[in-house]
Amino acid sequence: MTAKPLYQAPLLETPFHARTSALNQANAWARWAGYTTVDCYTDLSTEYFAIRHAASLYDVSPMIKYRIAGPEAERYMNRLLTRDIRKLKPDRVAYAVWCNDDGKVLDDGTVFRRGESEFLLKAQERHLAWLQDSAFGFDVTVEDVSEAIAGLALQGPLSCTVLKAMGLDGIAGLKPFGIAEHDLDGTPLAVSRTGFTGDLGYELWIEPARALDLWDRLMEAGAPHRLTPIGSQALNLARIEAGFIQTNADFVAADQAVRPTRQRSPFELGLDWLVDFDKGHFTGRRALLRERETGSRYRLVGLDIEGSKPARDALIYHGKARQVGMVTSAMWSPTAKRNIALATLEAAWADKSDGLWAEIYVNKELKWEKTAARCRIVTRPFFDPPRRRATPAPDY
Amino acid sequence: MKTHDVIVIGAGHNGLTAAAYLARAGLDVLVVERNPYLGGATVSRELHPGFTYSNCSYVSSLMRPEIMRELELPKYGLQVTPYNGGLTMTRDGDYIASYKDHDMNRRELARHSLRDAESYDRYAAAVMRQCRFIRPMLMKPPPDPASLRPRNLRGLFELGRAFRDLGEAGMYDTIRFWTMSIADFLDRYFETELIKAHFAGSSIIGTGLGPRSPGSAYVLLHHYMGEVDGTIGAWGFARGGMGAISRSLAAAFQAAGGAIRADAPVARVMVERGRAVGVALDGGEEIRARAVVSSMDFKRTVLEAMDEKDLPARFVKAARNFKIRGSSGKLNIALDGMPTWRGVPADCPALQGDLHVTDTIESFERAYDDWKNGTWSRRPYVDLMIPSIMDPTMAPSGKHYMSVFVQYVPPKLADGPWTPEKRDAFGKTVIDMLAEYSPDLKDLILHMEVRTPHELEEEVGLTEGNIFQGELTMDQIMFNRPVPGYAQYRMPVRNMYMCGSSTHPGGGVMGAPGANAAREVIADLRAGRRA
Amino acid sequence: MTADRKYGAIVIGGGHNGLVCAAFLAKAGRSVLVVEAADELGGAARNAEIAPGYTAPACAHILHLLHPRVRSRLKLRRHGLAFAARRLPTVALAADGNHLTLSGKRILGEVPEEDARAWRRLRKRLLRMAGTLHPFLGRTPPRLAGESWQDRITLARLALALRLLGKAEMRDFLRIVNMNAADLLDDELGDARLKGVLAFDAVLGTNFGPRSPGSVLTWLYRLAGEARGGRLGLAIPTGGMGAVTEALAASAQAFGADIRTGAPVRRIVVEGDRAAAVELESGNVLRTHAVISSADPKTTFFDLVGPEHLDTGFLRQVNGFRSKGLAAKLNLALDDLPDFAGLDRGALGGRLVIAPDIGYVERAFDHSKYGEYSAEPAIEITIPTLHDPTLAPDGGHVLSAVVQYAPRELAGGWAAHREAFADHVVAAIARYAPDLAGRIVGRQLLTPEDIERDFRIAGGHWHHGDLAVDQMLMLRPVPGWAQYETPIANLYLCGAGAHPGGGVMGAAGMNAAQRILATPAPEGAT
Repeated sequence: MTAKPLYQAPLLETPFHARTSALNQANAWARWAGYTTVDCYTDLSTEYFAIRHAASLYDVSPMIKYRIAGPEAERYMNRLLTRDIRKLKPDRVAYAVWCNDDGKVLDDGTVFRRGESEFLLKAQERHLAWLQDSAFGFDVTVEDVSEAIAGLALQGPLSCTVLKAMGLDGIAGLKPFGIAEHDLDGTPLAVSRTGFTGDLGYELWIEPARALDLWDRLMEAGAPHRLTPIGSQALNLARIEAGFIQTNADFVAADQAVRPTRQRSPFELGLDWLVDFDKGHFTGRRALLRERETGSRYRLVGLDIEGSKPARDALIYHGKARQVGMVTSAMWSPTAKRNIALATLEAAWADKSDGLWAEIYVNKELKWEKTAARCRIVTRPFFDPPRRRATPAPDY
Repeated sequence: MKTHDVIVIGAGHNGLTAAAYLARAGLDVLVVERNPYLGGATVSRELHPGFTYSNCSYVSSLMRPEIMRELELPKYGLQVTPYNGGLTMTRDGDYIASYKDHDMNRRELARHSLRDAESYDRYAAAVMRQCRFIRPMLMKPPPDPASLRPRNLRGLFELGRAFRDLGEAGMYDTIRFWTMSIADFLDRYFETELIKAHFAGSSIIGTGLGPRSPGSAYVLLHHYMGEVDGTIGAWGFARGGMGAISRSLAAAFQAAGGAIRADAPVARVMVERGRAVGVALDGGEEIRARAVVSSMDFKRTVLEAMDEKDLPARFVKAARNFKIRGSSGKLNIALDGMPTWRGVPADCPALQGDLHVTDTIESFERAYDDWKNGTWSRRPYVDLMIPSIMDPTMAPSGKHYMSVFVQYVPPKLADGPWTPEKRDAFGKTVIDMLAEYSPDLKDLILHMEVRTPHELEEEVGLTEGNIFQGELTMDQIMFNRPVPGYAQYRMPVRNMYMCGSSTHPGGGVMGAPGANAAREVIADLRAGRRA
Repeated sequence: MTADRKYGAIVIGGGHNGLVCAAFLAKAGRSVLVVEAADELGGAARNAEIAPGYTAPACAHILHLLHPRVRSRLKLRRHGLAFAARRLPTVALAADGNHLTLSGKRILGEVPEEDARAWRRLRKRLLRMAGTLHPFLGRTPPRLAGESWQDRITLARLALALRLLGKAEMRDFLRIVNMNAADLLDDELGDARLKGVLAFDAVLGTNFGPRSPGSVLTWLYRLAGEARGGRLGLAIPTGGMGAVTEALAASAQAFGADIRTGAPVRRIVVEGDRAAAVELESGNVLRTHAVISSADPKTTFFDLVGPEHLDTGFLRQVNGFRSKGLAAKLNLALDDLPDFAGLDRGALGGRLVIAPDIGYVERAFDHSKYGEYSAEPAIEITIPTLHDPTLAPDGGHVLSAVVQYAPRELAGGWAAHREAFADHVVAAIARYAPDLAGRIVGRQLLTPEDIERDFRIAGGHWHHGDLAVDQMLMLRPVPGWAQYETPIANLYLCGAGAHPGGGVMGAAGMNAAQRILATPAPEGAT
């Protein structure tokens, strides 16, 4: 097969495309990092409930992946990220953010420690130039391995059951954020107990040539457990319930912001726990120390909003007159049975739970109505099942 | 004898824009144009039967949307279609294309450098920040930093506030962007020579600068600050060629009651007791008006149409020293069919856009050196388009009109004046170079018009054939354009104004100088009427 | 004072800026140590023995920019600085022997009166503008978003200085400061030799040709340095440029500073976000309250501090600091004075410039853009032995030539081409002094590569980095860090990489010292 020129096929296909396209009944596609990915296979509700009640399969291959290796990889990562990466042991995963000099978040992602001197960094956006420039003076190599690793997210209460059915011995003992090495007929298969749903779940990583085999084996093993392929729409609902933020949805990647005031620090995103000032220097540290002293301008919070109308794109007011923020992600949570949202508020209002209102526009048979709904700042995640952390992973 | 309210000299796009605004303000306006056709350098001309040549300016982006809207140009026939991308061919048979589609564009860049593909977004954001900073300045007169008049102080304050809003890092970036060379600017983002060359072209078009000359980054901005339908930096074709822009301006002007006299070259501006009172035409006819607005370039206006005695010596000297070196040529070609390009598939959508063959910064710089040394570039930069792909009115079916803009071509050659032979030799240099990339090009040529700065000066009246009516260097933009102290469209003679590209915000088919000047004239005439 | 914290400040590098900084700090009562890697002080402002008995200025050969406050406050005269020659005339060499000599506002030689008048007018105009710039050479550049009163005052002073030029001249300034030198000269003057030598002045030490926009600013910048040098003009110190260094060292020591040579620094020790000590190659760790580096920014941050202590974006900026040198130095030991056609012995004592017209300089520059040295280089020559015969054996002379352009990254590498280049430069000078080649008994060439190695300047640039608008004032060395401070607390820059650049001005060292002294001394720093 000769490859088409890219102007005839602007979007890449993931290694699972043969399977995902065959199952995509709704023929709803979405772009993700230059790939065409399934937005919704059948219907949103079915897919969503598969995540929360059975098992779901989501193609995460478009995720951008960088391999950072070399004698000074740990020092490099520690200088790159805001958290203390020295505490991350091999075969463990950590959520992390990295900042520019001004302490504004360039992106978030997951760090997979694959050994003493090897890391994989998985992110939403592309950062090769930044990662390479961060390597000035460090004995490391930074390599984009996005296309060399295919990935599937298997998420939901029955996800461990499916893996056991597939014959992954000992998988139930894998702790959250752990990585286990298995194999698929001799091909290395890395399984991490990670995910973007806030539920029990795993991510499986394999070389692209064996991607379809992995898909088939999972679907076969999962058939009795209602394993359902899901699209990005369903995943997005789960991630909001989990309270996870998404780059360029809830905040703008700092290096892409045209307007400097759109950049956000980890504090402003509510990620204080990721910033470790005692671990030595990291990029943005001095700016963040200053911010800690002088105060942040914004704060990302979780909102519980009265009524049932999702507050998408809603502006947040205090006392109905003063605009103090805006919603970046919102949904009615079928699991938490709450009307939830992620919102960015001016910092002064982020501690006040009284008097916040969301201005929601609702379309009722082509007639738009404006409603003001009372909001309450609540802790995230909005939904946090114990099975997420239980080890050994429960069967259900 | 009748006295008009305003006489506008020159029916180029800026003259017509000014005239249309003046007429719509209820003034009695006459436009006098030396050529038998309208448009100045914004023209469509049938120089070969069945083919329409945009034989001077050739693409539309800078034309301010405010003007199109206020003068209702679409109602008078203007249609602008954005085009898709563009590409640079390499000497070894590859190419790099730009596409509108973000992912497609990224993958194309990644074909040449993964790192550069990722840096592109950062680069685009930086250029966009500069576009956002400069756009509010385009449709108003530049404030005079040496003046303490409230209007200037307010203008400076607004500028200062916009500057502060960039944030500290943004302020430094802006100073650097406005003063650095495009080569240095691109080095901050890209590592691949081809990619840098691909983006560098806009920084030298029409300009006597090389990519390593400080100030060339600003020229890039000058080409990016336009827009088509809100897409900043987009370029488009005017249906029917660039003449459609001047035709629609003329129609809007006439609909507002304005009159145009073509074939009416101005011999001089009449000045009486320190006031401009009208113009005298070549035949001796005198036409009087309360105000005269010249859209001719600054040098021509001051040194040819006016009498030195009526002007301060310092001003005349400044006009003499105004830098208006021509640096561009143009080939307009009627083709018997679509040429093929080595290494570029015929269905590549980027072929609808601007095509280039300069693939290293060094090639640009060497082309510039040739110009400095008084000859046309041996391997010039070309900005080549085939508008008939998208606009069927430009050429008969199956045939094509090709516009080849060429940089650098000097206004004066080191070995003496331009002659028809030298002009043809220049044309041959370009065609021979293009033939390396398009083996069938030569065989497809039905007719070719070759234009050097000499032709541009002779026909259109642009001094030294400078397409921007004056170089866009820091010493000649903003409050320095055309000269310090006279950047607000008024000349030292009362009732005498400038509205051409020699004035802020400068060249390109933008219309902003015309619109801005008209606003000043209207304000002065109204103030005068009250007085 | 604890035993391991002997010095309040340690200055890295015993070049003129390092010594100036140390002297000012010592003068204010701080305890200061200067550590210099080489066995002798002076950096690029020192003497070198190029042949037995022949002493030449290693790099810089004319003193014309030394900041007047440096000279007076550090009492350099008392410490031995004397001048063998002052107010050197500049001789614009012409191939036909019809040279021009510029001396102050006067022009000697055959030049149309109209041009002589125009030059006096232009010179006056430029000097007035340069005078506007001059005060800012001796100040810390302001931060643009600075909240401090000092920043605002500096900005206000700049605005005021512009206003005080008057309306017409302020407008003129804002225009020509952005121009290229060739255009300005063509606008005002006619004589090719005159324009050539002035164009050379505009681009000397820069990465510009006369037609590069911004070259008027670099010229004004140079004139700003000279403007207040007053009666000194272009001067040659008695004992060579090394004598400046000796006077500075003597001054610093007299104020109480200690100086150690042969003490290369391995790294700057950062502890808890602060520069805490300097570790020498010898392994000695010298603790201190402030580390002040006169090394260039790249060497300071990449080699001495190390990327681990710095932010990626900052290092990106430092890495982007354009610092590739374009000037070479050729010193010739001569057994007798060469015979320059049309110049007598007295005239040879001036500053001789080979830049016969603007196009010559521009073409010389063009080669450098492509990694070539100039086919016909532009050259500035002095013969210091005419003023100070002690620098050479009896009857012998030293010819010192600054040669542009010789790019740091020469296609094919300097190692393969250095001898050919030196021959080439000799030939270029010999066009004006045909007997030159026969008089040479020794020669020493410093290419930017040599300067990089010998003087530990990354890129081998005399100014540590290009002087251009985007690398000047509050943008030097990198935006946001032009105030001599660095992202590391207690670490300062005081070299030519900081505002206002190099050229044996001493202003960077002086300004840095003022900045440091403006913050209260930590306990035990004195």
